[in-house]
Amino acid sequence: MPGTKEGTTRRTFIVGAALVSVLPLASARATPEAMAAAIKEVVGDNAIREGRVTLDLPPLIENGNAVPLTVSVEGPMSEADHIKAIHVFNEKNPQPHVFDARLGPRNGKAVIGTRIKLGDSQKIVAIAETNKGEFFSASADVIVTLAACLEDLT
Amino acid sequence: MTQVLINAPKTAKKGEVIELKALILHVMETGFRPGTNGRIIPRNIIERFTASWNGAEIFRMDFSPAIAANPFVSFFAVASESGKISFRWTGDEGFAVEESVAIDVA
Repeated sequence: MPGTKEGTTRRTFIVGAALVSVLPLASARATPEAMAAAIKEVVGDNAIREGRVTLDLPPLIENGNAVPLTVSVEGPMSEADHIKAIHVFNEKNPQPHVFDARLGPRNGKAVIGTRIKLGDSQKIVAIAETNKGEFFSASADVIVTLAACLEDLT
Repeated sequence: MTQVLINAPKTAKKGEVIELKALILHVMETGFRPGTNGRIIPRNIIERFTASWNGAEIFRMDFSPAIAANPFVSFFAVASESGKISFRWTGDEGFAVEESVAIDVA
């Protein structure tokens, strides 16, 4: 039958096209699981405790291209007891990492401000690491009405 | 052309905790966006920001593509001695910019 071969090719094409279009979408997004994996990479098997960390960013974001974010950690910044690092993660941007900052007693206080991009409404997690190997965290849920990374504005 | 904006006090008392703010003009292209021709625009970001006080590193931050364009960072430092605070940004496509400010600690 002349139609059979053509039909098969069309079907193969459609299945192939569907696969091609689905795969990159699936892999181009961080997920809550990817965030958990990224956090585990930093924290290892240590326990993460709530508290000490304050994560400050607006709960409703009109423009995800530049979202002000401040992480502050309470506690001393002495040679013997200080915050060594602050890590920030997200769950729905293309990648789970936002930034990793290293600090020490010379910073006086563990407060960092920056501006980030958010691709969707999601949860942001900040984790502070002390020089004794303890981990403290805080998280914030945000709603983004205009996502970053959608179009090339230039 | 690179443009950098740094906000730091010119004088401080010894032991005072001062705030330092640094902003640099940079596209921070994520590498996830298609351009007008439909192709992905290659990633071009600043990967690392470091601050040093008279040559000794006091603060370091590794960026991801999730840092907004024209990265802004604010942090604190203990005013230890008079001298120079240097800020350095390095990243993709051989990007490297350094800027310093002088500070008088009394």
